[in-house]
Amino acid sequence: MTAAALSANGSSPASTRGEVSIRDLSKSFRIAGRDFPVIRNLNVAIGAGESLVIVGASGSGKTTLLRILAGLETADAGDVRVSGRQVSGVGAERAMIFQEPRLLPWVNVLGNVAFGLELRQGARKVPRREAEAQARHYLSLVGLTDFADAFPRQLSGGMAQRVGIARALAVQPEILLLDEPFGALDAMTRITMQNELTRIWHEEQVTMVLVTHDLEEAVYLADRVLVLPKEKHRAPRLLDIDLPRPRDRSSPAFTRYREALLQEFGLH
Amino acid sequence: MSVQDVNSTVVALNGEEETGGQKPLQSLLEGAGRFLSRYGLLIGFLLLWHVASIQRWVNPSVFPPLDDIAAAFWRGMTQGSLLADLGISLQRSGIAFVAAVAVAVPLGLFMGQIRAVERALDPILQLFRQTSALALYPVFILLLGLGELSKVFVIFWATIFPLLLSTIGGVKEVDPKLVEMARVYGASRLQVFRRVVLPGALPSIFVGLRLSATMALLMLIASEMIGANQGLGFQVMNAQFNFQIPLMFSAIFLLAALGLAANYTIVLLQRRLCRWSNAPV
Repeated sequence: MTAAALSANGSSPASTRGEVSIRDLSKSFRIAGRDFPVIRNLNVAIGAGESLVIVGASGSGKTTLLRILAGLETADAGDVRVSGRQVSGVGAERAMIFQEPRLLPWVNVLGNVAFGLELRQGARKVPRREAEAQARHYLSLVGLTDFADAFPRQLSGGMAQRVGIARALAVQPEILLLDEPFGALDAMTRITMQNELTRIWHEEQVTMVLVTHDLEEAVYLADRVLVLPKEKHRAPRLLDIDLPRPRDRSSPAFTRYREALLQEFGLH
Repeated sequence: MSVQDVNSTVVALNGEEETGGQKPLQSLLEGAGRFLSRYGLLIGFLLLWHVASIQRWVNPSVFPPLDDIAAAFWRGMTQGSLLADLGISLQRSGIAFVAAVAVAVPLGLFMGQIRAVERALDPILQLFRQTSALALYPVFILLLGLGELSKVFVIFWATIFPLLLSTIGGVKEVDPKLVEMARVYGASRLQVFRRVVLPGALPSIFVGLRLSATMALLMLIASEMIGANQGLGFQVMNAQFNFQIPLMFSAIFLLAALGLAANYTIVLLQRRLCRWSNAPV
């Protein structure tokens, strides 16, 4: 299996919705008076509607990269653009799904899904009834129509995470950022959720950037896998997952991709 | 399991024992059983008091029989000054409590959110808090005179701190991950406050309200015992001084009822506003 070289990003001023371009991105953290680089000169282009999965050991900067895309962290150097617009600070067009569902415990499920829409003000303000209708639509997309009036503490971990996904989709984002979204779920629920996410991603045709440390999850969900090495002198690598969907986790080709990823970490 | 479920289980258990009984009688017995299991000890205590007084196991002039107290209560309310005392006491503690809420909740919400303000104000707050309000009462009397103002102020002073500290604590305990989530969805500072910080801090604010209500009544009685010529606290002291023991106990029971009523009102309000946090699944 050959890992594709990083595609040099051609400068196209007319970007389409959902396209991501990351150029010469660097970020380091200052810990105890010393600078620790976590991302060094990263260049990646993500196509509209693509599913990019980022894998890497802890400390490889995968979550930092996602937080920079979300606007929760600022890069030291480089240029990050989503749909052609430079990322500066948070924005509702980049919806983030966290490892924990992060639902508001005092609001019912429907209210949580509508949360992002209700925040809109001024010209973009959504009438309450419209926000609710849209929330109901996305709640049915994640299969939780019957739980609209439930409160978060009444939900299982998998259900709560579905609500989080519905909340993210309800704002109709240009790009979906997922930070180890199924890391806290049990193995069976995780597989169900991966299937669900594939279906939703296919239906919504949204660009998806997902961080995980689960290599099987990476092969199952990704169009391309970005491998971030922990040793900063090594260059990040991109691996195309050329498998038809829905993917068969037990097929030989699937296993070969998984082994190729293991090799990237020197674990094979 | 909800409270209702628990109750229905109790009913079911009682029902098994009363299989032979008719339906209305059965439900009556069940109701009586529930009532007794909750209030039986209280009733027993009052009964023991009454019997002990009549049988002269205790000195009846110190622990008068309950009917004497009830009679004194009725006389005090209809002919005496008890109703007026209740009114003035309610006014003093009420004004002080409302003022404390009006100051402590907004200030606490502000201090909890802005670290610099909290850091700057915390030492002086700790000093004020640890200085007993009763120790400061003579100072307040010097400054504000012996009238209503000094009494209301000393109650206000003691009431404000539990509420302020609970509110600050509540704001600081709001999950920063929820705040971050709201920011990712484009919430403004005000929206983060209104949608995340305020509801998140509400349970702690209610804890503070209950502590403060208790404190308000405590300080009310203390201030009325020290320098007043009306009010329930004054009546307790005055009746004791004149050896009108039934009247004294009437005032004491009235104060206890006041505390229970205040607490119950706040709990009811909390159940309505924070259903999500304490309602069983």
